[in-house]
Amino acid sequence: MVLARLAGRRLALAVPALAGVVVVTFLLNRALPGDPAAFFAGPAATQQAIHEIRVKLGLDRTLPEQFLLYVRDLARGDLGKSLTTGQPVIADLLTRLPASLELTLCGLALALAVALPLGVLAAVRPGSWIDHAARVTTTAGVSLPIFFTGLLLVYVFYYLLGWAPAPLGRLDAFSSPPVARTGFYLADSLLARDSALFRAALRQLVLPALTLGLFAMAPIARMTRAAMLGVLGSDFVRTARAMGLAPRTVLLTYALRNALLPVVTLLGMVFSFLLGANVLVEKVFAWPGIGSYALEALIASDYAPVQGFVLMMASIYVVLNLTIDVLYGLIDARVRIEA
Amino acid sequence: MRHWLATLALVLLAVPGAVSAQTRTETLLVVTESGPNSMDIHGVGANRPSYQASWNLYDRLLTYGVKTLPDGSRMYDYSVLKPELAESWQVAADGASVTFKLRRDAKFHDGAPVTARDVKWSFDRAVTVGGFPTFQMKAGSLENPDQFEVVDDYTFRVKFVRKDKLTMPDVAVPVPVVINSTLAKKSATASDPWAMEWLKNNDAGGGAYKLESWKPGQETIYVRFDDWKSGPLPKIKRVLVREVPSAGNRRALLERGDADISFDLPPKDFAEMGKAGKVAVVSHPVENAFAYVGMNVKNPPFSNPKVRLAVASALPYDKIFSAAVFGRGVLLQGNPIASLTFGHDLVPTPFKTDLSKTKALMAEAGFPGGFATTLSFDQGFATTNEPAAVLVQESLAQIGIRTTIQKIPGANWRNMLLKKEMPIFLNAFGGWLNYPEYFFFWNFHGQNAVFNTSSYQNPEMDKLIDAARFESDRAKYTELVRGFAKLMVADVPRIPLYQPLLDVAMQKNVKGYQYWFHRQLDYRQIAKE
Repeated sequence: MVLARLAGRRLALAVPALAGVVVVTFLLNRALPGDPAAFFAGPAATQQAIHEIRVKLGLDRTLPEQFLLYVRDLARGDLGKSLTTGQPVIADLLTRLPASLELTLCGLALALAVALPLGVLAAVRPGSWIDHAARVTTTAGVSLPIFFTGLLLVYVFYYLLGWAPAPLGRLDAFSSPPVARTGFYLADSLLARDSALFRAALRQLVLPALTLGLFAMAPIARMTRAAMLGVLGSDFVRTARAMGLAPRTVLLTYALRNALLPVVTLLGMVFSFLLGANVLVEKVFAWPGIGSYALEALIASDYAPVQGFVLMMASIYVVLNLTIDVLYGLIDARVRIEA
Repeated sequence: MRHWLATLALVLLAVPGAVSAQTRTETLLVVTESGPNSMDIHGVGANRPSYQASWNLYDRLLTYGVKTLPDGSRMYDYSVLKPELAESWQVAADGASVTFKLRRDAKFHDGAPVTARDVKWSFDRAVTVGGFPTFQMKAGSLENPDQFEVVDDYTFRVKFVRKDKLTMPDVAVPVPVVINSTLAKKSATASDPWAMEWLKNNDAGGGAYKLESWKPGQETIYVRFDDWKSGPLPKIKRVLVREVPSAGNRRALLERGDADISFDLPPKDFAEMGKAGKVAVVSHPVENAFAYVGMNVKNPPFSNPKVRLAVASALPYDKIFSAAVFGRGVLLQGNPIASLTFGHDLVPTPFKTDLSKTKALMAEAGFPGGFATTLSFDQGFATTNEPAAVLVQESLAQIGIRTTIQKIPGANWRNMLLKKEMPIFLNAFGGWLNYPEYFFFWNFHGQNAVFNTSSYQNPEMDKLIDAARFESDRAKYTELVRGFAKLMVADVPRIPLYQPLLDVAMQKNVKGYQYWFHRQLDYRQIAKE
């Protein structure tokens, strides 16, 4: 009940933020250099041809008029049309979002699987070889530019060794995607009971997820280590130890659970950051995600997809923050009471 | 941890379902930087990859012949027109019209016969919808629906508004496709009489390939249309076009043998791949095209022809040629007409790197101490533009012209060209129709089209270009071409650098590739051994 009220208040607070996002993206896009009409008028454009296209795109109207039209369409769930793909933006985003989500979630899961134990171990034995190893790997992971890691992995595992499949996106050229239920190829291929397809999709995912994971590992491991160090030095852990509880129970049940709060906050940030920032990984692996979609649109001064992308990311942030607030409540009872 | 690694290794090593060798030789995997945004070449903002889609999905009335070059590679022959949907054609005795006889066995992909009504609807559409298709039709004096007449089901007539030697060649360019009008009209509405919305995403063609699926931004799949009658049945049954944005990966895919063919790699990659010899690299100079240094002739300081001449004498042509495109092209050094186009040997190359006279020229122009200006280029082509710009900057510094380099994002480049305010810049232009006056008409005519980037306006030039367009006497025509080429070299509104190459890399078992002026891949000619 308390949690529901908290969630409701958070949602209500998000409305003005989203409205602000609508206005700002609209204005920002218009302030960008570049004239979409000139860009799309084609190779043999004359002033007249460009003018015709400007009228077709509604760019000859005043800014407030354009904004009203935009808001009216938005209310109808129409995000406009992408000129670069020729499709409705909402359809483009909906087909591409699962690709980005699947990749980001897998990358994050990989990062968590490595970074959490690494952070905990480093905190348990600060200054030991494992602490140093954690420091070196995380520093390397975060300091290598993400596209460089991606290209390097492709070069070694695909080009030199031939272990990884060709970086051709979500599936190799000769597989066809499973029937879309969730949009996640891994889940859809399992639902279709097609293990060959599942394997094909998984093979394509490994390198890009690894690239993302390497990058996300560093902050998670550092934060886990710091939080664990703090908790392990606190009174209640000392008391628990003094009471003769098993080291395992002290570490996992008491210390880790209390250390997770800042880690979960960070996870939310890392997730939303990865979702938007994996554009470079998407480019390297020809991954049809939303990041590369928005970037292409930006290069072509194609307003509608950029606006749609920002709006969608803003909505995802709102939902994500909400989820994290709820998670806080579950992890730490104090949050529930203070709310 | 160990368990996790073992799983990873298993996943990586697992062999995907083997594709049978038979289907592999009948399937072509094309990798490309970006894909089509429309299946309809008449659509608003249809991009260059859309031309490739349209070219293979649709037939035109005519096409061009093929010629084999001395190096054994093949290219289209602009001097020979061949039948495609039209079996034969006849120009009327009075020279005022042309009558096309359509082949009677031709069908659209849905099985409907191709009739003259479809041709008229398609031509009417091209000259009516505006934008690029309408302007391209106009280039061949195809301007008005009244010009197009259905004589009977299989006879179509075009009435000429004027005698224009580009009319017939213009019928064979990618724009005048023949669309299944019965099918398209089903999706037409009062506000969209030409079914622009529907044709953007759907195939209403009768070409050698049908659209199997299209995922914009990802891949396009074509299958052969087995009932195609407008030419010999193509060998490739299925074409997969995958979008792979990273050039490095496209190269890796080719070298690993996973992809069959790719255009648009950096010149350096083509040069290295050609040398390594793992894959075949085929190159053709792009006809009627060159990369150049342009100068705004309306505004000072480049409004002074002496300054422009000084720049032309300062540029390091050889260095630019080797650093920007790794020697992949034809060095023009001032000749305004590219090789492979009529007239390229009429005006000898006048510009050379010769710093001895630049000082005097700059002093005579009133800039003994030089001046400062901005050198701009399109960032979308930074691979070749950036090294060229640095070399230009360096050489201009030697004659006292201090330049700041300004990189302009691709989206804004056309806008900047339209404004015609950049003082000095790098750019390139290529024309579809291989006639020198066509090139000059877009680039140097007083109509001041977007491609006349220097804002060069000279009534003398206009007279020569206009006369050449409609001159049928060979000797007089040659004189006119020589005239406008000389005039351009004397006035130097721009300095030609080199004619670029169109490179394509493919597996050695891929045969039949042929250069087209539209620089897109024609799947019909490809075969795999």
